[in-house]
Amino acid sequence: MKIGIPRTLTYYAYYPLWESFFKELGCRIVVSDKTSKAILDDGVQYAVNDACIPIKLFHGHVRNLKDKADYILVPRLMNYTEEKTVTYCPKFLGLADMIRASMDDLPPLLDIKIDMRQKRRYHREEFKRIAALLGVSPRKAMLAFLKARLHLSRYNAILSRKLSSDEALRVLLDDSGLPATPSESLSLAVVGYPYLLYDEFISAGLIKKLLKMGVRVLTPEMVPRRELNRAAKELPKDLFWTFSNQVVRSSIRYLQGGGLDGIIHVTAFGCGPDAMVDKLIELEAKQYGVPFICVSLDEHTGEAGILTRLEAFVDMLEFRRDRK
Amino acid sequence: MKITFPHMGTSPIAFRMLIEKLGHQPVMPKRPSERTLSLGSHYAPEFACLPFKILLGTYLEALEEGAEMVITSGGLGPCRAGYYAVLHEKILKDLGYDIDFIVLEPPQKRAVDFLKKLKKITSGNSMSVVWEALSTTWTKIKVLDEIESMTYEIRPFEVNKNETTQAFEECLKIIDAARTKEQILSGRDKCLRLLNSIPADASRNPLKVGIIGEIYVVLEPAANFDIQRVLGEMGVIARRSIYLLNWTKDNTFFKGEEHIKHAARPYLNQMVGGHGTLSVGNTVLYSREGYDGVIQLAPFACIPEIVSKSILNKVAKDLDIPLLTLFLDEQTGKAGINTRLEAFVDLMYSKRRLKQGVVV
Repeated sequence: MKIGIPRTLTYYAYYPLWESFFKELGCRIVVSDKTSKAILDDGVQYAVNDACIPIKLFHGHVRNLKDKADYILVPRLMNYTEEKTVTYCPKFLGLADMIRASMDDLPPLLDIKIDMRQKRRYHREEFKRIAALLGVSPRKAMLAFLKARLHLSRYNAILSRKLSSDEALRVLLDDSGLPATPSESLSLAVVGYPYLLYDEFISAGLIKKLLKMGVRVLTPEMVPRRELNRAAKELPKDLFWTFSNQVVRSSIRYLQGGGLDGIIHVTAFGCGPDAMVDKLIELEAKQYGVPFICVSLDEHTGEAGILTRLEAFVDMLEFRRDRK
Repeated sequence: MKITFPHMGTSPIAFRMLIEKLGHQPVMPKRPSERTLSLGSHYAPEFACLPFKILLGTYLEALEEGAEMVITSGGLGPCRAGYYAVLHEKILKDLGYDIDFIVLEPPQKRAVDFLKKLKKITSGNSMSVVWEALSTTWTKIKVLDEIESMTYEIRPFEVNKNETTQAFEECLKIIDAARTKEQILSGRDKCLRLLNSIPADASRNPLKVGIIGEIYVVLEPAANFDIQRVLGEMGVIARRSIYLLNWTKDNTFFKGEEHIKHAARPYLNQMVGGHGTLSVGNTVLYSREGYDGVIQLAPFACIPEIVSKSILNKVAKDLDIPLLTLFLDEQTGKAGINTRLEAFVDLMYSKRRLKQGVVV
């Protein structure tokens, strides 16, 4: 059985989980192609026009898998942390329903609902449903999922604790040829959701451009969970969205750590949670006196435009550092 | 203490009384105007939704009048509205204002916290005074909702244009002046008599439209260009699915709404925050009850309503009910909305004629 996994949204944060899960169950995995103009165009065509770019891209990636898989994985991630009050953006929650309403010629969707807040009985029911779809025993599916969770947390721990920032970026961007950062370079926190930062098409290669300028790039994935939890105490109320919390908390952590030359917040045009996140980071950075810019991506983002903004920002930071 | 609060439909009349009864001085929020919105948009994040901007503008205007404290609601997400208060406070502090925020979070989660906050406002009053104030406010909101909803039933039949609107304004004054439960209830009777005495043309057979969407833009006429009144003047009965009280009731004390969620289930079996799921469910219900159309109101970039919009297109197609989605933002103009409403009304009329077998 072939399971199609869209290479976008939760892919960048949870792929190791699904890879391990489906391999354990003896399924084959097909990942959609890397984001391209064609995928984006499909997304724009099929998604509701008011949606943000990431949601449109998801539609495009699902389209890309149409003839390649028996099932398409559209996980309904409700909660995947030990925090009870957080979930994901409402658009993620309703994603399977949005896809079903906008395309009717797809292979069946595998909408596994993951909610760690629920009781064990709930999980038994959900995995029974999924196991029946995949033709395996519920027990096997449960065990495979437990194993997959371990696999993911090990992967995250390695990313945030064992690897240097250069090495982590090589894993995250899936590119072994990235240049090493020189020791005297500027340190920039590049914060944003993984499906924007590590999707080279939609981010117009933003991270690589910075690396080429000799900048040390620090991303949210490099901050260990313990430190994120500590940074969370700086805000009076947690945000409701897992990825947003990670972005805000890692920004606070980098600001607290000192030695940071600037923050770049990468966001998508029309992103709901980011309207809040962006302002929060801006206000935090202002308190610490660290320069901040927001780079907003949309379907018309051009390489040249991004490059000009990055160069201007980095020039300004170098000037600022030399003056000190 | 000088206390202000968000402006939402007719409710300021009731909340002003509540604050006065608790011994504070209310700073009446102004009906959101262009100035409110431009103040709000200036300081709010660009992609914050319309209610965020309007509320920020409202607070800034109240600050000009000396407000020292804001009472507003919180939320549990995943809709952004639950985080408004935190960011509003941070933005206002950043602008150099010293203002206290009392955020009422839904009590079923943190009952102690809720009571503590309530105490900050109620201290110095005996329990019976607080109880009297709260229950009178409750009655007032209920009566206001009732009278307002009546005007939407009466207006499409009015013989003389604008008469209902004038009577409604009169009613608001009557209720505003009422201070006790008895006064409110006798005021209510007076208002009903007033509204029922408006000359009506019973021979009309107006269209029926259901209004769904995000709570703030549905409840606040200043945000939706008075859509229910405008439709009424076009001869359409426009009923909305949300009133302040059924919202307060469902989220604060009871766990109702199962009926609506059940109707949404075949299309959206998942809470997506805000009123997203209810929008889908209500569309199904309106269609079952034979409404001529549904209008979805939402702020631009509203997350839950984008989810429901993408599903509603299919719902409307399946159930064969006309649907108009209006995303509202600071650029939206009255003329544009009216044109779209007129076209939509025409469409519903021709659909009705088609159903009745009349060739259009």
